Amino acid sequence: MSKKTHVQTEINGEGIEFLCEPRQSLLEVLRDELHLTGAKEGCNNGNCGACTVLMGDRIVNSCIVLGVEAEGEKIETIEGIATSEGLHPIQQKFLEHAALQCGICTPGFIVSSKALLEQNPTPSEEDVRFWLAGNLCRCTGYHKIVEAVMDAAKALNTEVADNA
Amino acid sequence: MALVSVPSLMQDLTAGQDQVNIEGETIREIILNFDKVFPGVKDRLCDGDRIKPFIAVYIGSELSQAGMRELVSPDSEIHFVPAISGG
Amino acid sequence: MPEDKEFKVIGTRPIRHDGIDKVTGRAAYGADIHFPDMLHGKVLRSPYAHARIKSIDISKASSHPAVKCIITSDDLPLVEDTITELGETVINLKYLSDNILASDKALYKGHPVAAVAATDPYAAEEAINMIEVDYEILEPVLDVRQAMEPDAPVLHESLKTESMGKGEDQSQNVASHSQRKHGDLEAGFAAADIIVERDFSTATIHQGYIETHNATAQYNEDGELTVWCSTQGAFGVRDQLSKILKMPVSKIKVVPMEIGGGFGGKVQVYIKPIAALLAMKTRKPVKMTMTRTEVFEGTGPAPGSYIRVKLGADKTGKITAAEAHLIFEAGAYPGSAVGAGSLCIFAPYKIDNLQIDGYDVVLNKPKSSAYRAPGAPNACFASECVIDEICQKLDMDPIKFRLINGAKEGDRRCDGPIYPKIGYLETVEAAQQHGHYAESIDKTPNGKLRGRGVASGFWMNGGGRSSVTINVNADGRINLIEGSTDIGGTRASIAMQAAEVLGLSSEDIMPAVVDTDSVGYTGVTGGSRTTFATGIAAINAAENIRAQMIGVVANHWELKPSDVKFKDGTFLAQKNGEELQMTFKEVAAVAGGPLVGSVTASPGGAGNGFATHIVDLEVDSETGKVDILRYTAIQDVGRAIHPSYAEGQVEGGVAQGVGWALSEGYLYNDEGHMTNASFLDYRMPTSYDLPSIETVLVEVPNPGHPYGVRGAGEVPLVPPLAAIANAVSRAIGVRMTELPMSPDRVLEAMGSI
Ligand code: FES
Ligand code: FES
Repeated sequence: MSKKTHVQTEINGEGIEFLCEPRQSLLEVLRDELHLTGAKEGCNNGNCGACTVLMGDRIVNSCIVLGVEAEGEKIETIEGIATSEGLHPIQQKFLEHAALQCGICTPGFIVSSKALLEQNPTPSEEDVRFWLAGNLCRCTGYHKIVEAVMDAAKALNTEVADNA
Repeated sequence: MALVSVPSLMQDLTAGQDQVNIEGETIREIILNFDKVFPGVKDRLCDGDRIKPFIAVYIGSELSQAGMRELVSPDSEIHFVPAISGG
Repeated sequence: MPEDKEFKVIGTRPIRHDGIDKVTGRAAYGADIHFPDMLHGKVLRSPYAHARIKSIDISKASSHPAVKCIITSDDLPLVEDTITELGETVINLKYLSDNILASDKALYKGHPVAAVAATDPYAAEEAINMIEVDYEILEPVLDVRQAMEPDAPVLHESLKTESMGKGEDQSQNVASHSQRKHGDLEAGFAAADIIVERDFSTATIHQGYIETHNATAQYNEDGELTVWCSTQGAFGVRDQLSKILKMPVSKIKVVPMEIGGGFGGKVQVYIKPIAALLAMKTRKPVKMTMTRTEVFEGTGPAPGSYIRVKLGADKTGKITAAEAHLIFEAGAYPGSAVGAGSLCIFAPYKIDNLQIDGYDVVLNKPKSSAYRAPGAPNACFASECVIDEICQKLDMDPIKFRLINGAKEGDRRCDGPIYPKIGYLETVEAAQQHGHYAESIDKTPNGKLRGRGVASGFWMNGGGRSSVTINVNADGRINLIEGSTDIGGTRASIAMQAAEVLGLSSEDIMPAVVDTDSVGYTGVTGGSRTTFATGIAAINAAENIRAQMIGVVANHWELKPSDVKFKDGTFLAQKNGEELQMTFKEVAAVAGGPLVGSVTASPGGAGNGFATHIVDLEVDSETGKVDILRYTAIQDVGRAIHPSYAEGQVEGGVAQGVGWALSEGYLYNDEGHMTNASFLDYRMPTSYDLPSIETVLVEVPNPGHPYGVRGAGEVPLVPPLAAIANAVSRAIGVRMTELPMSPDRVLEAMGSI
């Protein structure tokens, strides 16, 4: 059995320490060691986006990031997106637009969409479709997902305007 | 008498006839009487006293769910068709 | 679409009950199960497409310190080589068992040969590679037409062609031949002014659900087995486990976890019996999950097919005769969807003279399984393309052709039975009137080639058994307990039907999908049956509750139950000239004890589904790449309970159809190894590959359902292949007959390579 490495990181705003084998992916650490099972495994090779999390300000497929790479990083997973105030507008819009069927891809889409709207608050439909091309959904045909993200952008912008 | 349409792969037993009128109040009676007129029919449709699993029975436009016990009226149209299932 | 006035809840778009769990990552899917002391299982799979297993030596692997148990087919109980009924299907038990763990022969690359349980997944992986198997490699057969040749390699020595009991002289790989025939084919073709005959082929493809298969099993000392898993039907899993493991059903509890897509591919069991067997032997919980490659190589793809269609029509566009030969890949064991394909191929039309022959052929690929309207997309691809060619040759509008020939209530289906009330022509008329069809397309903007395609599709839809229990709480909200796995919003669509009966809101209902010990038998979520059949069970259970509540109210008011009326969620009566009324919630409080209604329904009358699709697309003549520009899907859903989820079914089906038409397909090398078993190389459409999809829901109520529901989940995958092929063919001026229409195939058709 290989030796375990000590990793110190921040996940969803909480300082976390864990031990992991160097070969374990961040996804394995999240799911199997920390029991944060919101990030899903669809392919384990970077092609479906079900395991998407934020690492710093980058979106990553956590199945192709090693657990040890989380050292000193700030990780945000689907579990950290709703707050004590309630759902994030993207989550709310996914519900209102019926942008999920089986829901297995949903955590990945929500995390990716959040990163998109942080970088580009007013994306066009083309922008949304291009950005989300790294996330596969087999159920919805993407139509309602794209609608939900566009509508969430609108809601976030009104929120910003209201707060201004 | 109910009108039974003969599956094309069984028309070797009915000398090419594609429809026959058969007396009977249940599918069981229909098959037994059908077999009297054209021996061999029952063996092709049934395993013992059950409809073969690959065969579905339609009465008019309704898929029968009662197997041999299904009731038949004199103006019924009966079809034995290959069974299929969905996904 | 205007919301229906007749109903309070049906036709509205409430938020689904399981929504919050699914957008926050809290919903528990099969792979999220964790037990502190659990073992991890892993499968050793055949590296050869066709091989005899001479011996298996597990001694080295057994010495791995982390290994707790190794099993092979010898550990499975012996089952007979007979066909039995299994829940809702029929199956040869030996084939079922051999597909779980190969006994004498491995019949496809990826066929399970042995399995290991170890303390961690890495060790399990190491251990399977230490198992030594001695194979005698046999020649594989990978093409159905080749498999039908008399000298083709034989997969099953004991296989005999099933053809309604008629002995047929077929190759031993032909598992069945079915025929549907009526009228006079010769006379029909003689009456034709135009006849088109063509061969078509479609690739082996996969359902492509994003969640891979998983199972966690635990076996207790008292002989009770529990399996947590992802499945379309927990009772179907229980039935299969019971047969494979020779255990009584009552000793098995299957807990359906949330499921990450199925599309027909999560009905058949694969690793569930293996996890169960490992758990039985180790007395520890054993968890197994498949990798994506295992899913591609070891689970049911949808069958590849060869189809020949011959169609005759007269000058006015009336079809005079139709003939089809369908040959489907069953995979390693009999049982492709050729039967359904044969039934669906000409189903949208009234044809007096026709013959349809279907062949189910085994070959060295994974055993095929259902995929959304199994068999129908392949079949309608062929027939709808031939129809389009006839329209071109007659210079006739394809919508007009369909209006002339379309089937309606009272017409005869191709296999004999008469159509009940159906809404096919209504979908064609809606297509004709749609703005998309009215707008013409610019055929050649900036060097690209554009085309429009139209196609229709049919799916019969299913009924079958479903159970629902309703408990009324003292606060007036109700628990709705059901056995139907919710894959795409059926908790909502079923709860809404109960809400409608009881005059409640969707939010007043709390639906729960429970395990096989906790609800009555319920068939799979498949065959487009759930909103229909489990919906009827929910309606019946709600009616039962309503009747009980009327009794409570009557008692309370000291009246006869027949004096009490129920309207819009309120119980009403008159007593001594006084108007009495009580709300549902008040009655629930007065009832003073639990009100429970349990119902099992097995409704017939599912009501067939039809769809007509229109697509505009653009072909890049330099690269051969096809871009979908606009897509309109019109479908008769009978009655949309939750229109958003009905639309979702259509949009998802169209997206899968685009993949099937343009980019998806198993690629094999000569040894029968799949060479693209990953999501990188097996290309499913992304958001960037698709335009927005416009859905038009037509509602021709199904008389077989109190609210008119027809199944909606499957038919949307039927028309896209042909619609897209027709559009590409019209764009480039060459008939496309092979799927997928990948860029190289398009260029080849255009004569560019
Ligand atoms: S699981 Fe990480 S991209 Fe698919
Ligand atoms: S909702 Fe099922 S994969 Fe996206």
